Amino acid sequence: MYYTLKNLSPTQQIGALFVIVFGFLLLASVTVFALSVRDHEDEAYGERLRKNLKSVDGVIRTSWVMMLIFWIGWVTGDWVALTLFGLVSFFALREFLTLSPTRRGDHRSLVLAFFVVLPLQYWLIGSGHFDMFAVFIPVYAFLALPLASALANDPLRFLERNAKLQWGIMVCIYGMSHVPALLLLKFPGYDNQNAFMVFFLVLVVQTCMVTQHLASRKLQRPPVAPAISQSFNWPSWWLGIAAGSLLGALLAGITPWVPGTAFAFSFIACVAGSMGHLVMKALKRDRGIPSWGAHVKSVTGTGGLLDRIDALCFAAPVFFHSAKWYFDL
Amino acid sequence: MLLRGLRVCIITGMLAKFMGWFLLGLVRVLTGSQARWHGCPPKAEQRIYFANHQSHADLVMIWAALPPELRSVTRAIAARDYWTQSPFKQWLTTEVFNVIYVSRDRTADEDPLEPLLAALANGDSIILFPEGTRGHAEEPQAFKAGLYNLAAKFPGAVLVPAWINNVQHVLPKGEVVPVPVLCSVTFGAPIQLEDGEDRATFLKRAREAVMALREV
Repeated sequence: MYYTLKNLSPTQQIGALFVIVFGFLLLASVTVFALSVRDHEDEAYGERLRKNLKSVDGVIRTSWVMMLIFWIGWVTGDWVALTLFGLVSFFALREFLTLSPTRRGDHRSLVLAFFVVLPLQYWLIGSGHFDMFAVFIPVYAFLALPLASALANDPLRFLERNAKLQWGIMVCIYGMSHVPALLLLKFPGYDNQNAFMVFFLVLVVQTCMVTQHLASRKLQRPPVAPAISQSFNWPSWWLGIAAGSLLGALLAGITPWVPGTAFAFSFIACVAGSMGHLVMKALKRDRGIPSWGAHVKSVTGTGGLLDRIDALCFAAPVFFHSAKWYFDL
Repeated sequence: MLLRGLRVCIITGMLAKFMGWFLLGLVRVLTGSQARWHGCPPKAEQRIYFANHQSHADLVMIWAALPPELRSVTRAIAARDYWTQSPFKQWLTTEVFNVIYVSRDRTADEDPLEPLLAALANGDSIILFPEGTRGHAEEPQAFKAGLYNLAAKFPGAVLVPAWINNVQHVLPKGEVVPVPVLCSVTFGAPIQLEDGEDRATFLKRAREAVMALREV
């Protein structure tokens, strides 16, 4: 099996990978559905189980959407993938800024953020200006945006407003844009297989988050920072990190690395991702909301896009830059 | 000649349709345009929707929040002096939105509500911004008498309050480029003009019905 896969061309390998992952997702969806319609003797127990299943179902749905995006991106080429990730950035930033009380004076800087900074960042990646794309936002955008706000002549809560806008840009644009940037990183002897790197990162981080989520439900340990998160505790955090890193080591075959290196980089990505998720939870508590997304609880009760992708937004830049630095690419 | 006229007619009609779709798409991408039918379901009955007014985007927002089949029979009110200033504004308001113009400057010999009454008599539903102009405070300004007069003359029309949330951040007065912010339109439970209720009390109650939707 392993050798058959190894002997395929990179394109065939990626194709096979998608078939396998979609198969797993299908299996997971069917299992969750079957469990949710099963009858239980004990009504209360069944109710609790169904509630748990619902949150698992949410995670599976996110995975479906993510995999579909990757698949479309892979089938249609780099620019389409970049556009898709750009749209994700756009909608995430929209959610983030809806909950930050901006004032009229911020209008120009918001226009700049959405319609100048965001497209430029993705264009820099697409055209391979790696040195520029790493510093474009922290150096140039963070100088221009407060200037636009200052020119609007409104000093009220100036630092707070600008800090929020910059945070939103950092997480939603800068962080997210590092995921497709992996597509263009040139590892020696690893041509046309960069879609694997994106897949690798997303799968590892997502596995870490799901494991941590499930473990914290099962273990019921006292939370480390109950005012921020009721579910975050160290044992389940370690379990999540371990699961993500081990999966990374197992998947070393699809990366340009040996298992040890793959383990180390997965570890870095998982730590950054899960910590980032906790930071985003703190931001949500600050705004007094359970999840991003619609300001008022929506009819469907779904959370926001940002709840699902925040770990990735923190993991991607750390993963990207540590790999770039270590291998001197 | 006739054929050419017909063709021009079809083309302009299609342009208006495309503009409508374009604006709908734009408002969805920018705001999510979430409709929350809190106090009543969307329904094909004669209604007067009245809402707070903070931005030009309000009109498109509330229009986008309605189901497509109600859009063609629900007409918004727009100020004649502003919306007929340029040919484009006039085209947008007549061909795309099919609004009802009202004059803000009073002349003694005409009733400013005349066009509204005609539309209501015609069976259309209307969208009214009773503040009369766009406000930029947190709370809506005092409501003008038009709503009361319409309610008194057309007791059959259902009065539905609506709160448009966040739109002032999308396009503040005086700006041209909109920014993306999630917005929602909340429709509340219908109110009625009580027997013998005077104008000031009714308008105050209507304004409170709109403001109450902020919290739900």
